[in-house]
Amino acid sequence: MKTNRYVIWGMTQSTLIHIFLVSIALTCLFPLFWMVRCAFMTNETVFIDKALIPHSLNFGNFAVAWTKGNLAVYLFNSVIYTVCVVSGIVLVSSLAAFSFSRLKFPGKNIIFYMFVAAMMIPLPGSFVALFVLMNKLHLVNTRLGYILCMINVGLSMSILLLKTFFDKMPRDLEDAARIDGCGKIGIWWHVALPLARPAIAVIVIFNSLNVWNEYILATLLLGDTQLMPLQRGLMVFQGANSTDYPVLMAGLTMAALPIIGIYLAMQKYIVKGLSSEVAGG
Amino acid sequence: MNSKIKAAAVFKDNAQNFFFVLPAFVIFCVFYIYPFLNMIFLSSHEWPGIGPMHFIGLQNYKELMGDNLWWDSMAHAGYITLIALVFQNALAFALALACDRQIRMKRFYCIVFFIPPVLSEVVVGLIWNWILNPELQNGVHIGLLNHLLYTSGWPQLVHNWLGDPKTALTTIAIVHSWKGFGWGFVMLLAGLQTIDKQLYEAARVDGAGPWRTFIHITLPLMLPVILVVMILTILGSMQVFVLILSMVNEGLVHHTDVPVIRILSSMTGTNRFGYACAEAVIFGVVLMGVSFIMKILSDRARQT
Amino acid sequence: MRKYQRPNTLVIVSLLLVLAGCSKPPAPSNKILLWHWMTDCNDTFLKFAQQYKQETGVEVIVRLFAPSDSYSQMIIAAAQANVLPDIYGILNTKPIVADFIKAGLVDDLTRDMNANGGGWAEGLSDKALADKRFETGNIYGVKAGIYGVPIDVTNEEMLYNKKLLARAGITSPPSTYEEFIKDAQALNRVGITPFVSGWGELWLLDCFASNYAFNIMGEEKIFATFRGQVKYTDPDWIKVLSIFVDLRDKGVLMDGIVTKGNKYAEQDFALERAAFAFNGSWCVNVYHDMNPHLDYGVMLPPPLSTAFPLKIWGGAGSSFVVRADSPNKDKAVAFLRWLTAPAQQVLLARETNNLPSNKEALKQVLSVVSPVLGKFSRGMEESTHPTIWPVNEDPLVTEAFDKGIQAIIIGEKTPREVAQDVQTLKDRR
Repeated sequence: MKTNRYVIWGMTQSTLIHIFLVSIALTCLFPLFWMVRCAFMTNETVFIDKALIPHSLNFGNFAVAWTKGNLAVYLFNSVIYTVCVVSGIVLVSSLAAFSFSRLKFPGKNIIFYMFVAAMMIPLPGSFVALFVLMNKLHLVNTRLGYILCMINVGLSMSILLLKTFFDKMPRDLEDAARIDGCGKIGIWWHVALPLARPAIAVIVIFNSLNVWNEYILATLLLGDTQLMPLQRGLMVFQGANSTDYPVLMAGLTMAALPIIGIYLAMQKYIVKGLSSEVAGG
Repeated sequence: MNSKIKAAAVFKDNAQNFFFVLPAFVIFCVFYIYPFLNMIFLSSHEWPGIGPMHFIGLQNYKELMGDNLWWDSMAHAGYITLIALVFQNALAFALALACDRQIRMKRFYCIVFFIPPVLSEVVVGLIWNWILNPELQNGVHIGLLNHLLYTSGWPQLVHNWLGDPKTALTTIAIVHSWKGFGWGFVMLLAGLQTIDKQLYEAARVDGAGPWRTFIHITLPLMLPVILVVMILTILGSMQVFVLILSMVNEGLVHHTDVPVIRILSSMTGTNRFGYACAEAVIFGVVLMGVSFIMKILSDRARQT
Repeated sequence: MRKYQRPNTLVIVSLLLVLAGCSKPPAPSNKILLWHWMTDCNDTFLKFAQQYKQETGVEVIVRLFAPSDSYSQMIIAAAQANVLPDIYGILNTKPIVADFIKAGLVDDLTRDMNANGGGWAEGLSDKALADKRFETGNIYGVKAGIYGVPIDVTNEEMLYNKKLLARAGITSPPSTYEEFIKDAQALNRVGITPFVSGWGELWLLDCFASNYAFNIMGEEKIFATFRGQVKYTDPDWIKVLSIFVDLRDKGVLMDGIVTKGNKYAEQDFALERAAFAFNGSWCVNVYHDMNPHLDYGVMLPPPLSTAFPLKIWGGAGSSFVVRADSPNKDKAVAFLRWLTAPAQQVLLARETNNLPSNKEALKQVLSVVSPVLGKFSRGMEESTHPTIWPVNEDPLVTEAFDKGIQAIIIGEKTPREVAQDVQTLKDRR
């Protein structure tokens, strides 16, 4: 008798959980669906046609968004920026976090708390000073300048996250590597980084998203059309007065796909990395 | 042992260790410290953006202390943060718990729940504007939410969500939570995955129900992740503004103002760069204070 | 033994990309740099640049920074870094333009304008030139003269949807405020929202209020208020604020009007969700894109009082200034002269549906554009604009005034309370 009740309760639980998950999932899918739906309509029908699936599918918008929006160039730029910035952040912040966590030098704590404090103190509207500085360094309108600036944006959080992970690193692994003849860099490369894979995955996703969707700094630092990233390019469809919604939606859809791809690729690492750590040790 | 050789070795060791931090430190100094110092410098001046700067000492700060609009905006940001902490993170946690046990479709949910953070604020603003539209055309509700409420039997709930001072801020907070819960979900799920399943087995054998398992096993082990998520939520929610601008334009009178919007208004609206910098400095100090309190709380919680 | 991996190729490749990607900024030579913010005009400007290069050999590099907020910040940042382009625009209010001039960043174009018997200045609309013109004895301390070149003109008026009005039994648009209210009530009875406007954007709300302020108390009293000689608690100002109480109580305004951006208001009118709108002449282009079959007309806002004339806002839509210390100053001025010549102005008007600032071009264009646009252009006669007023209000006071109107519309404050708040703020400044 007890087992029967247990089974029924288990099944109702399962159904309720499913309903819960599905309803939230629907609210999340809806904007994506709506975006794609608008991308297939024309400027005249996009607001009038109430049907969920438009009566006539206009594939032309994607082509228009691609050519008029010069998306090939912007996509290439966004990819370069994302790859460079994220690699740069992973490299720079893991080196720094390793040092904060494992090594000693005078002033270590002060500098670390400076990084943490920087996360707390945002600088809205610091761009005039930034622009003047970048100009003096001849970094305005260069890829390098934008990349360095974006590396700084993601630095503090990445360092904090990685330091927390490195702190948990078991010392015997480190000692084993040292016995095998690894220098400090060796330990960093062969021991610390692989163990911090889940944290690195989170950092990669987080910063990729930031760089991909960024346009404020891009507007400030990159004037040359050949250097612009995707979001900056998409602004063209948001005219000063008249917005071409379907083409904009087509552009935004195409812009959202790669970042979802990065998330899919990284997402395995977070879950797998953590559970294998527990199992393999 | 020759002390000079020892000192040299220690110095070389320290220098090597410092080199690890050097790239980050250099970038940090150039792109953060310099603008930061510039901001502090500017906050003691009066400057419309062009022309000479006039030194006025702490006058900006004095004016700021009595600026009701500023402190109201802080309260609004705090309200949004509170809703985010409670609603958004509770939702993320619940979903993570639900996903932890469901092996079927888990990949699907992981992907779907991450879509709102991926969407640009432009799209989110447009879509929610349409959903929350309060108007009627030819007797039919234009906004999806009001339409659904009306047709599914709750016409008395039909409301001007973004246009009523009582509901505007809460609506914005909910949309913000909806956009952000994906992050918390990913991190909490990752944290849940690290908990050894054998602990759950042991608890079940001991006869503990789901609630007691949750309180005594899940929660304590998840504490570090929960704290990280909370700090990130606070920092992110206090700085929200693009979403607000795309939903209520310049704001519903001053009911939907948040600190960043006030700072931008001082800069671009009334051309007072010095005052804007003073606002930014005070904002930073408040955020630091909040984070400090969080850190103390988290250290104390970790000890217990 | 642990497996040691090879150094991550990804890291090396990205470093190489970084090094490969850094490019040096271009060195200027027989080139003019132009920065603008008008997304709608960008294609046409690029066409112009190509054409100009063929005709004169001078290369014009056109850079777009949108939206206009970003553009303003870019200009300020560039001014600080001393890298302003040869031709640019100043989107701020007149006091800030004056600051730019006093900082030596804007070239005085009076001589060029008046050269050869004043041909250039003569060809452009007076109202448009007034935007960047400073009169003798102005309060900003700027030497009198013309400092900018307008490339189009615009003004803000009321629009009405003929079909929706007919449905409510209204055969002709209202000519007085009382008629307008009666029409609004008739529209409400048949379930049509009477009025929509982008009053989430404070400047548009300010414009509407200002129109009626001119109508109720005349410009002298308005300017006296700015100077501090008349208080905002004066009955005439209460009358202006009370208009919004009336509009609210009679159900004239669309729900959520105070959070509505102009883009959304334009959507609403184009999709026939409201019978009346208040918008600028650029709306013709927008409405056409969204609903080419829209049957509408344009009119001045219906006056409330007969004491003074109601004045709409109008003037230069966009104008360019030349950097004073630019080595290519003469080439820049020559380009602007070419840009505002009738041929180019006609092309610009045709492609962007905006009214040209060149009088000759306007004449040519009026015969082919929509009658609505033609009516807009006639409205230029009655227009005024804050940039040509002898005195301006403190921006903080204006913000408080506009936000106060929003508070009235949502029923939070009364006109008297708002007037008191605004006056208190003004006394403190």
